[in-house]
Amino acid sequence: MSSASLSRWLLFGEWRAHFVQMIVALIAIAIGVAMAFSIHLINTAAFNEFSAASKSLSGQSDLQVYGRKAFFDESLYPLLANTEGVALANPVLELDVVVPGKLQNRNDHKLKIIGIDMFRAVHISPDLLGLTEEGKTLDRLADDAIFLSPAAMEWLQVKQGDSLSLNVGLQTITLRVAGGLVRARAGQRIAVMDIGVAQWHFQQLGLLSRVELKLKNGVNHAAFKVKLTDELGESYRVTEAIDQEKRIANMSRAYRVNLNMLALVALFTGTFLVFSTQVLSVIRRRQQFALLRVLGFTRQQLLQQIITEGAILGVIGSLLGLGLGYAIAATAIQLLGGDLGTNFFPGVKPSIYFDPMAAVIFFLVGLIVTMLGSIAPALEAARAKPALALRSGSEDVAMAKFSPPWFAVICLSVALLFTQLPPIFELPVFGYLAIALLLIGGIALMPRLAAWAFSGLLTLLQRYRLSTVLTLVLARLANAPNQAAIALGGILASFSLMVAMAIMVTSFRVSIDDWLGHVLPADLYVRAAASGDQGGFQLDTQKTIAELPGFDRVDFFRTQQVSLDVNRPEITLFARPVDRTDARNTLPLTDDRIASGALPENVMPIWVSEAMVDLYGYRVGEKVRLPVGATSSEFLIAGVWRDYGRQFGAVQMQLADYQRLTGDLTVNTVALWLQAGMTADAAIANLRQLPFGAALEISRSSDMRALSLEIFDRSFAVTYLLEMVAVVIGLLGVAASFSAQTLARAKEFGMLRHIGVMRRQIFSMLAAEGGLLTLLGIVLGFVLGWSISLILVFIVNPQSFHWTMQLHLPWGWLTMIAGIMLVSAALTALLAGRQAVSGNVIRAVREDW
Amino acid sequence: MLELINVNKAYAEGRKVLTHLTYALKAGDYVAIMGDSGVGKSTLLNLIAGLDTPDSGEIRINSVAISSLDDDAATQLRREQFGFIFQAFHVLPHLTLAQNIALPLLLNGAPTDRVEQMLADVGLRDRGHHFPRQLSGGELQRVAIARALIHRPKLVLADEPTGNLDPDTAREILQLMRTEIKTNGATGILVTHSHAAAATADFVLNLTKDGLHPAKLERSE
Repeated sequence: MSSASLSRWLLFGEWRAHFVQMIVALIAIAIGVAMAFSIHLINTAAFNEFSAASKSLSGQSDLQVYGRKAFFDESLYPLLANTEGVALANPVLELDVVVPGKLQNRNDHKLKIIGIDMFRAVHISPDLLGLTEEGKTLDRLADDAIFLSPAAMEWLQVKQGDSLSLNVGLQTITLRVAGGLVRARAGQRIAVMDIGVAQWHFQQLGLLSRVELKLKNGVNHAAFKVKLTDELGESYRVTEAIDQEKRIANMSRAYRVNLNMLALVALFTGTFLVFSTQVLSVIRRRQQFALLRVLGFTRQQLLQQIITEGAILGVIGSLLGLGLGYAIAATAIQLLGGDLGTNFFPGVKPSIYFDPMAAVIFFLVGLIVTMLGSIAPALEAARAKPALALRSGSEDVAMAKFSPPWFAVICLSVALLFTQLPPIFELPVFGYLAIALLLIGGIALMPRLAAWAFSGLLTLLQRYRLSTVLTLVLARLANAPNQAAIALGGILASFSLMVAMAIMVTSFRVSIDDWLGHVLPADLYVRAAASGDQGGFQLDTQKTIAELPGFDRVDFFRTQQVSLDVNRPEITLFARPVDRTDARNTLPLTDDRIASGALPENVMPIWVSEAMVDLYGYRVGEKVRLPVGATSSEFLIAGVWRDYGRQFGAVQMQLADYQRLTGDLTVNTVALWLQAGMTADAAIANLRQLPFGAALEISRSSDMRALSLEIFDRSFAVTYLLEMVAVVIGLLGVAASFSAQTLARAKEFGMLRHIGVMRRQIFSMLAAEGGLLTLLGIVLGFVLGWSISLILVFIVNPQSFHWTMQLHLPWGWLTMIAGIMLVSAALTALLAGRQAVSGNVIRAVREDW
Repeated sequence: MLELINVNKAYAEGRKVLTHLTYALKAGDYVAIMGDSGVGKSTLLNLIAGLDTPDSGEIRINSVAISSLDDDAATQLRREQFGFIFQAFHVLPHLTLAQNIALPLLLNGAPTDRVEQMLADVGLRDRGHHFPRQLSGGELQRVAIARALIHRPKLVLADEPTGNLDPDTAREILQLMRTEIKTNGATGILVTHSHAAAATADFVLNLTKDGLHPAKLERSE
């Protein structure tokens, strides 16, 4: 007989004998790989589609020139067109315009309109040329024509020849749908018009969003970009396609990395399950392996045998996981969209494609983690002395080798050290590593803690007359803690992560709720249907609103997008009246601020969001220059405020300073405080009565708050889903390890039944063991989860999204989850134990009778 | 004390092992049962312990028919009146020696004062806090004997209790078993292949297809 045959016999024999455990391990690996792979596929598909859709708008241009603000004077265009080295310049006006029929959906009521010069666009972005009716080519230049992508037509429920109403400032205009944009990407909602017509209709005469440049052959792009940037000065930025990709990648990177990390949590829990399955399997077969060693099996062969078992499980589980992951990704993207409901990739409809390279990587990840789970038990089995291993009762001693306390202490210490380290590439890499090490260290420490806790309990309760069942249970838990801990690892891992996520999400939610209360102090907010940064309320309309009866106070805001770095998304500039006596009355400031009254005279103060501190290195007390007005001006950073709305940065300044610097007196938001006795409905009715009332976007702060929290909850739905998966895997782990342990304890139960222990007492014993272990797991899981939540709240979140929050613990929810876990784990332990107890007690001790 | 009345038992595949078996043991008897492999010695012990039921016939312990008892009642009977000694000892590895020995007392709700004395009786004085992994095979069987007798059972069933032990240790253990069974006033049934082991009993029975017959030992060991 060849050794391969022997290996096969042993393998199939083990799987036949413990089919359920083998299947559970396979499911755990498959689910872990599936979650990680599906999240990757969804993110990649959404990101690629979003990136491709964005790129399709700038066509085949080599460089694009943008202003620091959203729009700039079109006089730059002829200059660029005549610059040496430029083959073609293509002016573009890009606007997000409000569709009146969609106003009820505050989050999704704008249509992207691109104004192009048809004669130039044909060379650079031919995909944007509208398809006219036959013989009506000149429609592309018509003053009422608009061309819509298929997705836009579907969204607006219009077809060629229909009319389309759009809001411009406080007016409504009607355009004719002259044709379609057949080459737009699936799900891409855009419209195209002639640039001159767009400037006129949308009150942007003389303004452009960007100029796309095609360079002459032989011109060095990089050198030209540097030269042009120098020539244009700080009011403009020159970008390439790669800059745009970087910007898009930066926008969603933290979100994508966080989601991937969560998916890996499921894989980690699965890995632990494989590890515990393998450990139990090896421990159960300790005497069998010792016999094989006695019969001539070498250490090498034994090692190979056990690792092969793990590898085969890894191969099958990972392959199943890839298939399952693909199916989950395809289903999720159909049901939830590419951003899983978070609105991170708006306006794209990606489709999943099988990425062979990613599949190979995730397959290898699944295989490697499974093999890692097998290596420690394999080494223990190979090193065990056959004479000792043949003796029963040495199992727990053998298991102790899997979790040496020094290993736990090292993991926990390194985790602590990692929490002090800064981010790498703006990602909380050390934060995540600290979480992983905390988990591993916590699990490795479990046996010691279990022994300590249950010995203490046993000593304490021994003063009283304990029942046999409780004595047996506590003695086993105290004296065989390693076996207990292995069953508990899955619970500990999944519960602690659940606790950590729950604390983090609650802290975030409560902080956002408080923050919304601070940033939305007025009763009503009114916006004009602005076209990008332009338009809004002119002085006369501001006066009309201010003079309406029923309001205690009326504040006007001006917001604008400003670009500070070509590689980063724009920041938002808020100009508003900020309380001069104490800015905290207006803004949700952190403690990092210049004290009230300590602001020097003759400076223009600004208050920056936490993201500005992280991303741009802004510090309180520093003077910085910002492109506000025709040139840049100097401001003093007077404080840092919490902003959960914009993770890429925002700056607040006094409206008066803004108006003085820019001469721009229009505003785009009005905040209204109701007088006592005035209802919101009556106030809204009054506003609607105004000549421009129909074009106003009016929101109650309560609705905005509710909507924000609804979006928040939707964003975290996928997080909860992933956590639930981890918990299910954890419970599978309990089922697998309890089942394996009760099977291994069949002789113990057989003997107990012989000496007069009732069947129900054994069930009680198993349920009590499961319950007590889970209780300990829950207590320790809570401590571990709380520690992890501190890392999430105070390290991962600020480093990923650049905002801080206060810690809040959802006691009710945690108690409920703990209760559910406790009951589920006790029942799981009981059900798993029934299998062993229902067997023949004579057979259990058959070597004797 | 123990009555076997016309007991019949066949294996699941139909092979008969015990046929019209009838016998009675008095309280205080210590008997060894010998017989060829497969003749039904272990089956007989299972039937006496109430862990298996005869196809026909009756087994009575102190005039109570075991087959009339449900699982709980049979368990209660074993708990109170039986002691078991296994070939592979079956002591719980996570309990100390004292805890292992005290198990029947705990199950019967009795005080555990006798444990120290029992440990001393089986030669394990002052080792109650040790764990089974710290003991040799012979010492483990001493623990098993102490556990089988701690609650003063009426009937002690032992199946090849020295099967895993070397001859010297086996001799010691058999002597100890006899002493303890007699001291405790129990009835003992020892199933064995070993003539030396059987010789420690009051008398020896040979189990054959025809039933239980008194046997005379040939001193071959």
